[in-house]
Amino acid sequence: MTEAVQILSRGLGIGSVYALLALGFVIIYKSTRVISFAQPAFMLAGAVLATYLVIPLGFFAAVPLAALGTAALALGVERVAVRPMVGRPAFTVAIITLGVDVVVRVFASAFIGIELRQVRDPWGLKSTIIFGTEVQQRHIAMLVTTAVIVAALYAFFRFTRMGLAMRAAAYDQEAAMAQGISVGAVFAMSWAIAGALAAVGGVFAATGGGSVEQTLWIIALVALPVIILGGLDSLLGAVLGGLMVGVLQELVAQYQQYFPEWMGGNISVITPYVVMLLVLLVRPYGLFGTREVERV
Amino acid sequence: MSGTKLSGRPMLYTSYASEMALLNTTTKKVMVGLLLVFGAAAPFIFPDAGGAGDSPLDINLQLLANACIAAIGAIGLGLVTGYAGQVSLGHAFFLGIGAYTAAVISGTDRTGRLVGYGVDEILIWLPAAGIVAAIAGIIVAPLATRLRGLYLAIVTLGLVFIGEHFFKELTNISGGTNIGRPAPTATLFGVRLDVTDPNFSRDQKLYWLAFVLLVIFALAARNLARSRVGRAFNAIRDRDIAAGVMGVNLARYKTVAFAVSSFYAGCCGALFFIVSGFFVPEAFNLELSVLFIAMVLVGGAGTISGAILGAFFFTLLRPVTRALPEYVPFISDVSSESPNVFQLETVLYGALIIVFLIFEPRGLFGIWLRIRNYWKAWPFSY
Repeated sequence: MTEAVQILSRGLGIGSVYALLALGFVIIYKSTRVISFAQPAFMLAGAVLATYLVIPLGFFAAVPLAALGTAALALGVERVAVRPMVGRPAFTVAIITLGVDVVVRVFASAFIGIELRQVRDPWGLKSTIIFGTEVQQRHIAMLVTTAVIVAALYAFFRFTRMGLAMRAAAYDQEAAMAQGISVGAVFAMSWAIAGALAAVGGVFAATGGGSVEQTLWIIALVALPVIILGGLDSLLGAVLGGLMVGVLQELVAQYQQYFPEWMGGNISVITPYVVMLLVLLVRPYGLFGTREVERV
Repeated sequence: MSGTKLSGRPMLYTSYASEMALLNTTTKKVMVGLLLVFGAAAPFIFPDAGGAGDSPLDINLQLLANACIAAIGAIGLGLVTGYAGQVSLGHAFFLGIGAYTAAVISGTDRTGRLVGYGVDEILIWLPAAGIVAAIAGIIVAPLATRLRGLYLAIVTLGLVFIGEHFFKELTNISGGTNIGRPAPTATLFGVRLDVTDPNFSRDQKLYWLAFVLLVIFALAARNLARSRVGRAFNAIRDRDIAAGVMGVNLARYKTVAFAVSSFYAGCCGALFFIVSGFFVPEAFNLELSVLFIAMVLVGGAGTISGAILGAFFFTLLRPVTRALPEYVPFISDVSSESPNVFQLETVLYGALIIVFLIFEPRGLFGIWLRIRNYWKAWPFSY
């Protein structure tokens, strides 16, 4: 029981980071039909920005500001590198975002420098007792924050004009345009939201007394198997997929010693990718994704 | 009369075969001939690496050999991504499979730490590396036949991570992180190619090996591209459902595309480190895949010459960026300081991909086409 609660809390904690990143991917995909490989770079940029802001402002002011800053960065990138490509094949745009990722990431890591850059979160490695088990506070914080953000996103898409416009554009771009919706603004908004989500995810991934490292972006790539599992166009799938992958990864890490030795240590690192391969062999459009209707 | 061309009417073809010929114009024949002669004579023109007093900007034989080898890999990726339109971010994985197959076959077990069978003959380990990689490609292909577009890109990206993990963990094959193992030894018909002998230097012999292999692989790819298989690839790239309706067996040709591409990648991987002589498992990461994507896209997707151009462009770009600290004072050549040349190099890859895709989607090859067409009609603008 103790073990189960601990695995669950760790898994849900890290899983909510994946969920945030996956949400970014899905939001961009839904509005622009493109997978943005630039998310890892925004995650790193957001975390690095937070380490600079946290010293004068404190953690709770720094994180929203870092998210805003990253959103602005994502907006800029969308305007400069992605907007000129509207109407071009999705693959071309995806490769452009890959280029964006490489460039932004190098600049972000250049700001890390040689000293330790910490996000100085209030939780560190402290833990509380829940159900008679020690549970790290930061994992609870991650889960709660993600829940709040998901609720806010739901409200945004459900109750605001911009949210409605984004849903309409995702449903049918041309029809939305004909109704007077600025599809350009929808694109920009989706990139900004994704950037902000990536920044928050990045900050949380760096909590727990660790420091922001150049390799942080690898975590963001785990969101790719997550969106594949959840389906590229399902927001609910992204959240559930993220939590599932997080828990699964912790399960594998916990029972590492029972796996054959040739698989090596840290098998949990590649678990999401292996699961993705298996799921795709059975269900090519993910667990929650909609099957595309193909027309010639 | 069939198959012959009238002189002075360069665009007049009297048969399908003459239009589809490898070198369908006189200019092409002459230019390719000159290029081959120049390539074969390069060891007498360019110096070996590490000569006295050479600046990093000088083009040396090691660089050219590496460019030829990278070109083989780029052609392979060009076949699957440029011709058949299947986006693969997993090229580094197949490169790694080839590199380790070759290293295991040719390596020697001196310390008891590494697996190695000591078969140095290149005619054995090179095809073996290609075939093992091709088998890996065929195993992955069922995914490719079921998935389209971006789903496939993500899956192949996952392959790189899975591959990198196992390359690092299987220490008796790869030597382990940061330790690595020696590259395969190149011996052709009993002649060591990786040592200097009285007649020719190591760099000269390795360059010739790479150059001859590039010519063979490029010709084979070009022939494949203009055959029935190549046309099937193009049909799948342009619209796979339409191709299926027209009777192209999608599953079969996608598998063929992956197998051939992986074969090229395997051979490229086997040769990739023979010049430097050593390699570590971290080498086969996502950046390597992105580098090859960049080569194909910047060179010109959907052409063999473009892939070769791209490979040479990126390989020869490296010494240029490495030489920059001498001329631009604020760029450091120490990796712990920033901005440093390694960061600059990576930024350049990314920026070049973006710039080319936005402004010249046909790549360097497209620029060449434009120049050619301009002079063809000169002094008229159309």
